[in-house]
Amino acid sequence: MVVDGTTSEIYLDHAASTPVRPEARTAWLAAADTHHANPTGAHKAARDARRALDDARDVLAAALDRPSAEVVFTSGGSEADNLAVRGVLAVRGGTAVCSAGEHHAVLEPVEHAGGVTVGLDAAGRVAPDALAAVLDGLDDVTIVSLIAVNNETGAINDLPALAAVVRDRAPGALVHTDAVQAVSWMDLAAATADVDLVSITGHKLGGPIGTGALFVRNGIDLAAQILGGGQERGRRAGTPDVAGAVAFAEAVRRTVERRPAEVGRLGALRDRLIAGLEDELGDGVVATVARPGDTDSVAAGIAHVILAGVEAEALLFLLDQEGLRASAASSCSSGAQDPSHVLAAMGVAREVAQGSLRLSLGWSSTEIDVDRALEIIPAAVRHLRAHGGG
Amino acid sequence: MSFDRIDEPGVTGDGRVMVMMSGGVDSSVAAALLQQAGHEVVGVTMKLWGGPSDTGCCAVSDVDDARRVADRVGIEHHTFNFGDDFERDVVAPYVEDHAAGRTPNPCIECNRHLKFDRLLRRADALGFETVATGHHARVVATADGPRLGRGADGAKDQSYVLHVLDESVLSRLLLPLGAMTKADVRSIAVDLDLRTSNKPESQDVCFITNEHGRETFLGDRIPLRRGRVVDAAGEQVGEVPAIEMVTIGQRKRLGLAGGTDPRYVVDVDTASATVTIGEKADLSVSVTPLESWTWVGGSVDGEVMLQCSAHGTPEPGRVVGDAVEWSAPHRKVAPGQSVVAYVDDLVIGGGQATRAPEM
Repeated sequence: MVVDGTTSEIYLDHAASTPVRPEARTAWLAAADTHHANPTGAHKAARDARRALDDARDVLAAALDRPSAEVVFTSGGSEADNLAVRGVLAVRGGTAVCSAGEHHAVLEPVEHAGGVTVGLDAAGRVAPDALAAVLDGLDDVTIVSLIAVNNETGAINDLPALAAVVRDRAPGALVHTDAVQAVSWMDLAAATADVDLVSITGHKLGGPIGTGALFVRNGIDLAAQILGGGQERGRRAGTPDVAGAVAFAEAVRRTVERRPAEVGRLGALRDRLIAGLEDELGDGVVATVARPGDTDSVAAGIAHVILAGVEAEALLFLLDQEGLRASAASSCSSGAQDPSHVLAAMGVAREVAQGSLRLSLGWSSTEIDVDRALEIIPAAVRHLRAHGGG
Repeated sequence: MSFDRIDEPGVTGDGRVMVMMSGGVDSSVAAALLQQAGHEVVGVTMKLWGGPSDTGCCAVSDVDDARRVADRVGIEHHTFNFGDDFERDVVAPYVEDHAAGRTPNPCIECNRHLKFDRLLRRADALGFETVATGHHARVVATADGPRLGRGADGAKDQSYVLHVLDESVLSRLLLPLGAMTKADVRSIAVDLDLRTSNKPESQDVCFITNEHGRETFLGDRIPLRRGRVVDAAGEQVGEVPAIEMVTIGQRKRLGLAGGTDPRYVVDVDTASATVTIGEKADLSVSVTPLESWTWVGGSVDGEVMLQCSAHGTPEPGRVVGDAVEWSAPHRKVAPGQSVVAYVDDLVIGGGQATRAPEM
């Protein structure tokens, strides 16, 4: 993609954050210009803002085939995840269970509350048997949180099967899914039909950073984690970000509308990217979970590979110098790369995981990005291998 | 012996330089000066420690300072996570040394293994021939090759903790602050409006917090054992709660009855958990055996000046084999501490004191 008309950037970090879609940007700026009023007010300007907010809510609800009243706007995925886990535990107590490959926004609240984790299989997914075994060993589970699409590997959990295990083995527990990566890659409405709480965010699908939502099934009592003016039906206080919600909704609408075509287009690009790296680097590159043509069990847009004999941090530096933006595992607050807890949960040795590279495609990705990546990455890997790996 | 000096290379140039930025004022100014001198500078901060820290170069706030200084100076900044290396090469040996009754200097080990080894290998891989730091020390060109010289500011001289650098490192290292005083550095930082201009010095071990201290840190990692305190005759006269915390020359916290002349730790035997105390004269030695010598440019025998701590007073002596022989009786050096040998103001090498019997 062309960033400023002169610098060509190869942006392969959509799983971290996407560029804002033009339609979302237009809607965002228009709403910011129009809706200056506080949507909780009573006058006309406030009522107009409230209408825009609720129209956005309807769009999100339709995307997941749920009632609009289930949508709680948040500041993003992390807040939605925290609201789900902590909000349920605050009301129901008991034990929280999640997978060991969750995003930290779920893992931290669960571990902070003394919860229990379920390991991942070698394909990066939660095996129904493994979940059943953990639930059978506990008698007070109140919430089970399982990621829909893993943000590092792209592995897609079989949510209907896992939800069925929870209903069978821990009938009193609620099921939550962190689906922030999922909207672009799967039919989330179908996959979450039997899921009680669903987190999504705008900036993984062409909406603005700072937007998100938690879907809360009607009838579930949830303790707000931000107290104040009682907005969002008492589930999340704070003046709602109307323009953000409008842009978020526009991005979701476009994403869902184009999903079948985009899964095909980007899945093919992903496969070409991985195949191209394999052609260039042979045994020195292994696709962690993606298999050609498979966009059902691994997200079409995420190519996670492990490169033998290179350090991810050094590789990312060289790629960055060439204008290629990518990542490895999650970045810690200092900006350094932390070892991947997801790969650890899959049983990948720490030394092996040091060669991780996540190339994530999204709405703005093109053939040219993949062509350039296939020039830049093998050259950088060869350079590093000739220099001790970095 | 003496060295035939050629010059002290300036910092002017237009090559790519990786400058190590700790988030402190010194490396901030070093980065700014190199950029002004025409280099293509990339700032790098190492993320070494994931645990609590309040004093040193590992806290997230220090990475933030380094990044914002880089923004101000107009250079790229990157952070590299060498936490596993730091744990393996600095923290674990630090704990092992205490368990074995030695007195380690983790800053030297961090220089040896992290800054001037792991990060240099990363610099090689990323195409940086030249690296720079904000240390107060100088690279001096001599007829025998590059040597490490003392910084111009005697009170801030860091040549002692850098003595592990050899010619291969010095030949690619820029130390732009070597000829400056700390006051000069702060004044430049103020002129350039760098946010670190008034930042206090980091003094302590970066991975040990003021709040919890060394004893808690060690106690979380190894069992701390009670130790007997005995006099020269082997008679028990006191007790210490943790033998691992006792160091040669210590005179407090030994559980001794008062009212006598000052008594000092003269030996620590962790195997039998015994601390031997004696009078000041019992600490006096004429020879200190060393191990793990490193040489800047090959081993040297003969008359040198010897320094036993970062800002200790240099004393004359001779290098004899692996040991140093003091010209005048010298206080015993705690095992694990480095003794660094200088000719004039140039480092020639250094080694670590051992517990072998001293004469």
